[in-house]
Amino acid sequence: MSVAPSAGKSARRLRLPPVATAILLGIVIGGILVFVSGANPATAYYEILVGSLSPDSLPNTLNWAVPLVGMTLVAAIPLRGGMINLGGDGQMVIGGLVAALVPLYLPAPGPVLIIAAFAAAAICAGLYAALAAWGETRHGIPMLISSLLLSYPAIGVASYIVGFPLRDVHTGLAQTEMIPEGARLVVLTGALNVGVLLIAAIAALVVFFDRRTVVGYELRMRGSNVRFAGYGGVRLDRQAIRVMFVSGAIAGIVGAIVVLGSQFRFTDGALLTPAYTWSGLMAALLANGEPIGAICGGLFFAALQTGGFAMQRETAVPRVLTIVLQSIIILFLAVRHGMQRR
Amino acid sequence: MFDLITPFLMQSAVQAITPILLAALAGVLCGRVGVFNIALEGQILIGAFAAIVGSYYLGSATGGIAVAIVGTVVFSLMLAYGATVFRGDPIVICIGMNLLASGLTAYLLRQMFGVSGTFSDPAIVGLDKIRIAAIQQIPVIGWGFGRQTILTWFAWLLVIVISIVLFRTPLGLRLRGVGERPDAAEALGVNVRAYRVVTVLVAGAIAGLAGAQLSLGTVSIFSEDMSAGRGWIAVVAVMLARDNPLYAAAACVLFGFADALSIRLQSEGLPNQLTDIAPYVVTLAALVITHRRRSRAGTASSELAAATPGGTTEPQPDTR
Repeated sequence: MSVAPSAGKSARRLRLPPVATAILLGIVIGGILVFVSGANPATAYYEILVGSLSPDSLPNTLNWAVPLVGMTLVAAIPLRGGMINLGGDGQMVIGGLVAALVPLYLPAPGPVLIIAAFAAAAICAGLYAALAAWGETRHGIPMLISSLLLSYPAIGVASYIVGFPLRDVHTGLAQTEMIPEGARLVVLTGALNVGVLLIAAIAALVVFFDRRTVVGYELRMRGSNVRFAGYGGVRLDRQAIRVMFVSGAIAGIVGAIVVLGSQFRFTDGALLTPAYTWSGLMAALLANGEPIGAICGGLFFAALQTGGFAMQRETAVPRVLTIVLQSIIILFLAVRHGMQRR
Repeated sequence: MFDLITPFLMQSAVQAITPILLAALAGVLCGRVGVFNIALEGQILIGAFAAIVGSYYLGSATGGIAVAIVGTVVFSLMLAYGATVFRGDPIVICIGMNLLASGLTAYLLRQMFGVSGTFSDPAIVGLDKIRIAAIQQIPVIGWGFGRQTILTWFAWLLVIVISIVLFRTPLGLRLRGVGERPDAAEALGVNVRAYRVVTVLVAGAIAGLAGAQLSLGTVSIFSEDMSAGRGWIAVVAVMLARDNPLYAAAACVLFGFADALSIRLQSEGLPNQLTDIAPYVVTLAALVITHRRRSRAGTASSELAAATPGGTTEPQPDTR
């Protein structure tokens, strides 16, 4: 009882923007962690900075940002309406698998294959995500938990499909065959392909819908107060299913971009190892679902993680430190938001 | 069907249930005081890592358990204070904690032991199995409990203890009051915040034991993200049971059998990618079945709102 008011008062006196404070605190605590494990925090942070924002490494950062910002939007769209989609992993895997199978088994010319692969990936992943929303509206199963639980069967079945029936038997790994050259995304420069433009376009669309359309307004209204939105005439059930479909469809597109743009096949686990879904969710939470803030958060985390590779290479500090930093930032921010709410 | 229930299946089922059961009991305690804890996954992981650290450096399984408890309680301070005194959104805090646990254990694994992926070492002392020859002969139940760690026994004892404390003691009445009617509890002189903080920390200790059972109970290794969704299954068990420890235990038994059955089916030649998803499919099916009945009764919407951050109901109706 006695601790809270004084903490509130000091927060009011400081008047720092919460996101900046959280990032600063995250960096300080991360630095302490690096120092305790026997390395120089300044060197580690310098390597992260150079390894992410120097002209040489900027394309790598952007390339890493494509799936990460994509998954940020996946999390941010439902979050804008007060919903949480924890099933991004499963949706992305479905998208990636479908995007790999369409060019392999559909006899059509290259450009058609690309469009068909994207469309199929978006629809399949979107429907799977909508299933979680339908479970909530129809059966009252909280989406928070069902979206996550649905991820595991999707990942398991995808893993089985590429491990047994549709496996490329010429390699030792559980993966599909290489997709034909014509179905691969056009390379812009070096590491970057058209995927970056596609994500930028989707991001612009999301921002436009959020700010300028009735759909976006209704979603924000739901986020502020579900009941008010319901009384105001928003059909909540239908809205939840549509929002989750869009969120899942974007996750599917992200999976498709990775498969068609850089891996050229679906490899078991390859989409999940970088944990784009969770970083994206954290970036979305950073901005509480507001699209532009979330996208900035996604870019920030992408830079952090790309810099992490350089840090691991140049110093002995493992790059998983950047995940620790991200979660510390979110934890501080959650607490700060709570303190402001009083 | 009956030839599926073998001594081995029973033993692996009881073994698989233990960490989920301990975590679910932790979730039940938090739920009872009105803190929706979905950080169980992270708490198990921290407990598992701390148990390995303790066992490795102190050279005993007891040391491992002690370090697991301390480590997880310290980790749980974030939820205990963040969701009460600092009034953060428990869902956001828990998501952050889960990721922190995953990142921190991976980071420390590399920095402390110099390995990534899986850490095993002869210096890690596993938990002893308590062999009780007398009950080993009893079919089904005896098969399951004949050779288990002390934590398994403790978990089932805890089901009884928590049930009695919650529903048969003044302490339990106050705890339930804090969760159900915090303002009324406050008016009666119960320090709501203190009860919440202490309960979340006690729950953290129990979740730490779940982690210790996971890393020291069977093979004495730690691997990254070895909690592998068990914390989430425990969350579902808590939801299905509506914060009742006995029902939560029943739900855990169901999931444990699904898990053991998946191992069994694997030995029958089914690919593990398919058998691994059995617990999740059973979990989803259980959710659908129980919620279908509830939504007919027309009570689902309020619960739904409670599980949605920024929804109609504030997660923390705090009294100040």
